Amino acid sequence: MQTPALPPQGATVRARRWRRLRLAVALPLAALALSGCTLPSFYASPGASTSSKSVYHLWQWFSVGAIIIGGFVCLLVIYAVLRYRRKGDHIPRQSQYQLPLELAYTIVPILIVFGLFAATLVVENKETANPATNVTINVNAFQWGWKFTYPGTNAFVYGQTTQDPEMVMPAGENVHFNLTSSDVIHGFYVHDFNFSRYALPGVKNEFTILAQNEGTYFGQCTQLCGLYHALMWFRVKVVSQSEYATWIASFNNPADEAAAKAAAKTTYQQTSSIVPTHGSTTKFGR
Amino acid sequence: MTDVLDPPVQLPPTPPSHDAHEEHGHDEHHGPTGILKWITTTDHKIIGLSYTVTSVIMMIIGGAFAEIIRAQLASPNGTLVSLSQYNELFTMHGSVMIYLFVGPFAFGGLANIMVPIQIGAPDMAYPRLNALSYWLYLTGAITMLSGFFTAGGAANFGWVAYAPLSNSVNTPGAGADLWIGGLLLTGFSAIFTGVNICATVFYLRAPGMTMFRMPIFTWNMLVTGILILLAFPVLTAGLIMLYCDRHFGTHIFSVQGGGVPVLWQHIFWFWGHPEVYILALPFFGMATEIIAVFSRKPVFGYKGMVFATLTIAALSLGVWAHHMFTTGVVLLPFFSIMSFLIAVPTGIKIFNWIGTMWRGEIWFSTAMLMAIGFLVTFLIGGLTGIYLASPPLDFFTHDTYFVVAHFHSVVMALLMAAMGGLYYWGPKITGYLLNERIGKLQFWFLFIGTQIFTFPLYVLGLEGMPRRVPVYPHDPQWKTLNEWSTFGAILIGISTILFVVNVAVSWKKYPSGDNPWDAQTLEWFTTSPPPHHNFYRLPQIRSERPTWDHNHPEHHALTHGKHPELTDDGLEKVPSS
Repeated sequence: MQTPALPPQGATVRARRWRRLRLAVALPLAALALSGCTLPSFYASPGASTSSKSVYHLWQWFSVGAIIIGGFVCLLVIYAVLRYRRKGDHIPRQSQYQLPLELAYTIVPILIVFGLFAATLVVENKETANPATNVTINVNAFQWGWKFTYPGTNAFVYGQTTQDPEMVMPAGENVHFNLTSSDVIHGFYVHDFNFSRYALPGVKNEFTILAQNEGTYFGQCTQLCGLYHALMWFRVKVVSQSEYATWIASFNNPADEAAAKAAAKTTYQQTSSIVPTHGSTTKFGR
Repeated sequence: MTDVLDPPVQLPPTPPSHDAHEEHGHDEHHGPTGILKWITTTDHKIIGLSYTVTSVIMMIIGGAFAEIIRAQLASPNGTLVSLSQYNELFTMHGSVMIYLFVGPFAFGGLANIMVPIQIGAPDMAYPRLNALSYWLYLTGAITMLSGFFTAGGAANFGWVAYAPLSNSVNTPGAGADLWIGGLLLTGFSAIFTGVNICATVFYLRAPGMTMFRMPIFTWNMLVTGILILLAFPVLTAGLIMLYCDRHFGTHIFSVQGGGVPVLWQHIFWFWGHPEVYILALPFFGMATEIIAVFSRKPVFGYKGMVFATLTIAALSLGVWAHHMFTTGVVLLPFFSIMSFLIAVPTGIKIFNWIGTMWRGEIWFSTAMLMAIGFLVTFLIGGLTGIYLASPPLDFFTHDTYFVVAHFHSVVMALLMAAMGGLYYWGPKITGYLLNERIGKLQFWFLFIGTQIFTFPLYVLGLEGMPRRVPVYPHDPQWKTLNEWSTFGAILIGISTILFVVNVAVSWKKYPSGDNPWDAQTLEWFTTSPPPHHNFYRLPQIRSERPTWDHNHPEHHALTHGKHPELTDDGLEKVPSS
């Protein structure tokens, strides 16, 4: 420590204070790091895919940072407001500059920001990677519904607004998506994947999702696309790989195909009210 | 401007205000009066006042739309408005608030009045252009709102008008054309005001008013003016392209003709993100002035504040694509780090505001409460903005209520600063104070209402509720959260009503005097309201606080950290070498 101007006691006091400060900062951080998995959720959810879980952890750590910084600044404001309220007609010292302090609150935020950026890059590169896959789903959004086709197979799913078309995908396997739009811009958003992407006319947007947990998840268009934007719903059904193979195969047998289509038709016509309640099997919103 | 007195000690302790009033009255009698005066005036104060009143009316209209929207969302399957009416409402709510209230209120209203007075100028550099700005703005506002009276209703493609939803096939009505026309007119009014502010600041500063002696508000308005000149022409060009696509058969934004829909987003956000700072910087400036005056201290880190403003402006031109992370067609890391970096100068500002309050003598007037409310609310909006600079977190929250909550925290903070500005500068403009008791009540309704309004929206967004939906799936928790948010919106509505009540109750009731706050900058040296060309005399300008220096000779001429040695007459000692 370079404090030659200070008398020896000053140096020890300062060193002790510094040690105490280090302890005060390091202990809670270490505790947090050790209990990384038990961080509060901050209202987000880990979701059902690999990248949704990394996004969730990124979210948690960003929230920890935001709460520490926000709390610190709020405490400063509260202290200033309580401590320095006007007591008389006294004019305080007209101080205006404190260069070391100003440099500190310029440089420290820059370091924090680069830290956040580094964490962002790690998660982003994982999420936007497009590894080779065996399963591809073409998603086509239109006013106001979704069409899911499975290239190389006969399988397809189609539905408008509250017919809730149900996209089926296998768990534990990378699934490649080609997202397009037939008319205006739509948003392909599945909350349990912590992921959204625009469906743009004239552009093929590609991404890969590895779903881990089986279940039915709620999806919705998030980009304003006209009158029935609010009702442009779909579901994502994540099934085991064998179930997925069976489902795909059910479209291959011409005899079964008609039956499958008929069955599909009945399920699509499930709704009459404008906003149906979701069945207990559907997970959305959490 | 008649004479510049030198040295300041020769002045009587307070300027002879009643004399000035008489001269002032004498001056005004040359021109027309009443409505003719309003129409023909080129006085920046009257134009600025017209801007302020018009934009506050726009705020009330936009606020009424917001209350209808929140009433519709209070239940999952609300039937108050139809799906198409809802689309019109949120489109016009956003458009009215962004295009017709926040911006014009700041750079057309308070800045128009205050910037010339703060730098000791008699008027804006181009008074007639200034008048043209106001009339273009008023015409544009009426044009945009008249969409409601057309057969197809007002514009309903969101305030961002994404192509191809905004083309003539998907949105055929006249309401959309009126929206484009209104926005073109207000856009030109903004450009002209930007030209005017820059020219005024560069050429009409009083003797002694160097750039680094300008008040922070004027600095911020200068930077805002530069940003307007860089950004608004792009929007104007984009709107003309959009209109051509709609009516003249061009295919700039349509895939069918070989156009690119995403181009609209690039153009829109290349204007749209600087626009965020065009909206915010003036209010940063207002808060800075208010916090310094009511802490009885100079602005802490004045030069850092100026450089932070310049940095924000520079960065804001390179971050537009963070609105487009989920399009999949932009380079994510570049726009991510640029967006992250904006947190740094913004953080400097927040710490400087706290530094200004630190060891001050804080007077909790309504204006100061509003400024502190601004600080805290803006902190929340700023911190949640940092999440959105991270592409993975943006994929997760884009177009959900999280984003809605984020920018509502920001703009509600700006609204608090705006109200603070009205309480602070109102006496200078009118000569009368507003009632402080009602003002404080208004503050608490506004502050608490804002937090109750936004917090449930953050949670709803994280739980997956998309924006721009009039109906949402039945879920008891979503319903509760939406009810709370609506309750917060009602509190905000009450605060607006309290403001109107306050104006009515305090109408010409509490004369303010020339400098009711013991303020620091030049506008408080002249009379309230200022005479026709603002000043009969000016103090010597030796720092960024000429009025304070004049009123507090014992704390004279603080020139950026150096306390100059004074001679016995209170003059700065000339170095002997």
